[in-house]
Amino acid sequence: MSSSPQIITPPMDETSARGLKAGDEVLIQGVIYAARDAAHKRMIAALDEGRPLPVDIRGAIIYYVGPTPGAPGQVVGSAGPTTSVRMDAYAPRLIELGLRGMIGKGERSPEVVAAMKQSGAVYFAATGGAGALLAKCIVRAEVAAYEDLGPEALRLMEVKDFPAIVATDANGQSLYQRHQRFRNDFFPDC
Amino acid sequence: MREISTEVIREALLDCVRRACFILMPDVRQKLEESLRTETGETGKSILRQLIKNAEIAAAESRPLCQDTGVAVVFLEIGQEIHLTGGSLEETVQAAVREAYKKFYLRKSLVDHPLNRKNTGDNTPAMIHTRIVPGDRMKIGFVAKGGGCENMSRIGMLTPSVGCRGVVDFVVQTVRDAGGNPCPPVVVGVGLGGNFEKAALLAKEALLRPLGRPAELPADRELERTLLKEVNDTGVGPMGLGGRTTALAVHVKSFPCHIAALPVAVNLDCHSHRHVETVL
Repeated sequence: MSSSPQIITPPMDETSARGLKAGDEVLIQGVIYAARDAAHKRMIAALDEGRPLPVDIRGAIIYYVGPTPGAPGQVVGSAGPTTSVRMDAYAPRLIELGLRGMIGKGERSPEVVAAMKQSGAVYFAATGGAGALLAKCIVRAEVAAYEDLGPEALRLMEVKDFPAIVATDANGQSLYQRHQRFRNDFFPDC
Repeated sequence: MREISTEVIREALLDCVRRACFILMPDVRQKLEESLRTETGETGKSILRQLIKNAEIAAAESRPLCQDTGVAVVFLEIGQEIHLTGGSLEETVQAAVREAYKKFYLRKSLVDHPLNRKNTGDNTPAMIHTRIVPGDRMKIGFVAKGGGCENMSRIGMLTPSVGCRGVVDFVVQTVRDAGGNPCPPVVVGVGLGGNFEKAALLAKEALLRPLGRPAELPADRELERTLLKEVNDTGVGPMGLGGRTTALAVHVKSFPCHIAALPVAVNLDCHSHRHVETVL
């Protein structure tokens, strides 16, 4: 783990994505996109029908989040990561098209990790349930597409000092796998 | 006969939703602080510190603890000497949930049909569990239950021969397989016995008990101790990134069962553990 967090500013190129290692702490600055289950389903449907995506995902980071609405004076209310595994069915296709980063919680499927290795993409973990703390890092949020999906709409978010950790890197190294090995060493019967 | 107006129930529920979603309950806060002292991993400690900081921000700035403000689960224990006035109890609960999730800017997280998946727009329907009990008091329990931890919950119809070891293995494997998805450190609700649906309900009811209060039955208390140790020995840790703190508590609630059966349900709850009770 590095001593001080690295600054990540999307759009990311392949070289900078491949330069990140599992365990690196990062602070993300700039524009990212927020999307979860329903928005992903629509993006993939658009691609299947030969239509363009509503936003340019090349070099982009997608944050798996459905925020609470902001009270008056708040950009958003609470906005922590949702479980990433539900986006595993959709992520490889987006990674192939140039998506460089995803922010979520929990482990990814082998298919997603394979796509990350192939194209050069990174999976960041943010702290699940720290929604109030993470929302303070979001300085702008606006619906970019699929407004009818409500909390699941595709949003553009501008973030400042958004804290995350590289959970799985573009070499396929993962904190979860490392941790799995740790567990197997201690509990070989399980 | 005591009369309670549904208007009183509506107001009580509004307050339950607000407290659950914005204030980390003192029992949970205390367990997080204890865990910070016993956690050995640096990543784990860092996450626990973030969670305590998160609770401070939520309270100070009126932000929900978590963006997943959950399915509203409402437990009603109604004394049989109470006469409810002012309209339908069920409608009152649904209306209160609708009002609370709008008024407090909470997320609307329910869809109309599991396959159609159109957002209902107001976080209803709530899941309501009603029991008629002796007396003239009414107890309202409210749980804001997030999707991440609910998704990792499980039920097993075990065979009685597997005994205590089989139950422990099932619970521990459930937590292990869940990894970081349910937002550990979790609270583990275990429903043991009953039948298929009773076990699931027992597991959820077990989550309502304040952290630190032991189970009523000695056998359940012993099982809780064993489970807490073994769950924390998995090394899953805060957010599944490794560490000693996988669960803040394990709560077991048991019930008699069929001679052929050993049902066990595991209902995981995240570290926000939004549970509130109030008595009218």
